Amino acid sequence: MIARVIVAPKPVVNDPQGATVHRALTSLGFSEVSGVRVGKYVEIQLAAGSVLEASARVEAMCRELLANQVIEDFRFEIDPEPSAQG
Amino acid sequence: MRFGVVVFPGTWSDRDCGWVIERVLGAEVRYLWHRQSDLEGADCVILPGGFSYGDYLRPGAIARFSPVMEAVREFAEHGGLVWGICNGFQVLCEAGLLPGALIRNTCLEFRCQWVNLRCERDDLPFTHAIGDRVLRMPIAHQEGNYQADPATLSQLEARGQVVFRYCDERGERGGEANPNGSAHDIAGIVNPRGNVLGMMPHPERCAEADLGGTDGLFLFRSVLEVACSMAGIDRRSARGDRR
Repeated sequence: MIARVIVAPKPVVNDPQGATVHRALTSLGFSEVSGVRVGKYVEIQLAAGSVLEASARVEAMCRELLANQVIEDFRFEIDPEPSAQG
Repeated sequence: MRFGVVVFPGTWSDRDCGWVIERVLGAEVRYLWHRQSDLEGADCVILPGGFSYGDYLRPGAIARFSPVMEAVREFAEHGGLVWGICNGFQVLCEAGLLPGALIRNTCLEFRCQWVNLRCERDDLPFTHAIGDRVLRMPIAHQEGNYQADPATLSQLEARGQVVFRYCDERGERGGEANPNGSAHDIAGIVNPRGNVLGMMPHPERCAEADLGGTDGLFLFRSVLEVACSMAGIDRRSARGDRR
């Protein structure tokens, strides 16, 4: 299975990277952009008996290591049958 | 008096700390490899600056799981002095030994510059020798922006846990004095008990006049005096003679 995890800064945390990317997009002419947050994407290949089991394990991985819950939120999806490209 | 300086893969300020401890203070240093659980009788444990684990994922995120950190946690719980500098401060926050987190500098630049600091706790083992002077110290970081949720920040202020704030040379806060956007201009904090200090500036890089400043020595001497008096050591013979 493959878990696709997104770790993003909490909305209340100031995100200087997001602000900078926003300014850059605006200066490139994408004036319709009203906000940008920059986070991380983590792809995890793992063995698990079921999607439920995998979800529980990935949740634990996020809480313990992948996300610092002081400043970050996380969400993920489990792909039980990844394509050849992953 | 013995300092224990923890070394993670990617730590690089361990030798700078060791130089100050041995050559400038005349005290003893033991380098503690991150895999060992033995703090070798250290009176004060320093988590020095650097890029432990390459800052991968988040600075300090992986180092906090090193075996030595369990010993550091226990040492802190028993009142031992723990001093996190720069990456060390990041490790302490990731390990939950201090609240909050250090994120990317608001300016997005790696700031390598001198800053001014005001000290707001003169009663700590780390600070009692400082007096009311404004300190001048170097910083070198890209993730030194201290952040915490509003409740935590209020609590830090209410409990007097903010030890150092960025300021100008007159001790005034605001504007360019804050190099990284830290909330409340926070440059260093302490735990409620006062034995675990985390700070982003580098006192070990300003302990000799040749390097441009000696204000870091106020902190090292504070710790030396406290630890020596706790261990019954005459600080004039700080090279580990114990009664």
